[in-house]
Amino acid sequence: MKNAFVIFALATLALLSYGLYMALIVAPTEATMGDVQRIFYYHVPSAWAAFLCFAINAVASIWYLAKRGVKADAIALASAEVGVVFCTIVLITGPIWARPVWGIWWTWDARLTSTLVLWLIYVAYLMLRRFSSSGRAPVLAATLAIFGFFDVPFVYLSIRIFRTQHPQPVMGGGENSGLDPTMAHAFLWNLLAFTCYCLLVIWMRYRLQVAEQAVEDAHAERALGERA
Amino acid sequence: MIKYMWAAYISTWVIHILYLLYLNARAKRIREEAEELNRKS
Repeated sequence: MKNAFVIFALATLALLSYGLYMALIVAPTEATMGDVQRIFYYHVPSAWAAFLCFAINAVASIWYLAKRGVKADAIALASAEVGVVFCTIVLITGPIWARPVWGIWWTWDARLTSTLVLWLIYVAYLMLRRFSSSGRAPVLAATLAIFGFFDVPFVYLSIRIFRTQHPQPVMGGGENSGLDPTMAHAFLWNLLAFTCYCLLVIWMRYRLQVAEQAVEDAHAERALGERA
Repeated sequence: MIKYMWAAYISTWVIHILYLLYLNARAKRIREEAEELNRKS
């Protein structure tokens, strides 16, 4: 298992390095926005990684509510935390891209607002897990996660349903959408790299959660032994 | 324009590295706690 982790980590590092090379060196400079458009190669894969984490969290939460397994709970917590990290990056790189292109850091359009709401939902999830002393916290958090996940398709579809300041979809967005093939390659390499990195960090966070649970159980057992 | 690009790339990696350091610190604390428990038992 340890060998598989090291191999996966090294492969991910190689993919991230290649993705960075593709984004900064190989991909052509966009005609209207210039170099600032290269934020796209990190902004969109980060959003995808956040969606993936929240999807894993929703599946693990349903699994936890059905079976009450410790494993499912650990996966749900790990994926929510990693998802919040990626969503934070989306909310930071987005305004950094918006400022030179739109002339503003932020606007309350459907895409930006629903992304902020998504981030707040999962921050609330993590706070519930962290600060609730009730033994029901994992059940409440799993329920919140399942309802919270409904915001993910809304965020994705918001630029197709509403008129937004945020650009329309570049890929799969209809007749006039599409990317230069070199740009598409750079984008897809980064998408793959960020997916692997996201799964790697979930794996790390999951192992940590399992270890913490084991230590907590050992403490509880010890306390019971001392009382008896 | 290019300064915004660097700001986005650097902030992405700063957040990831800070998170990895946070995970590492927690893992180290858990390892120490587990060793302490083993010593006591």
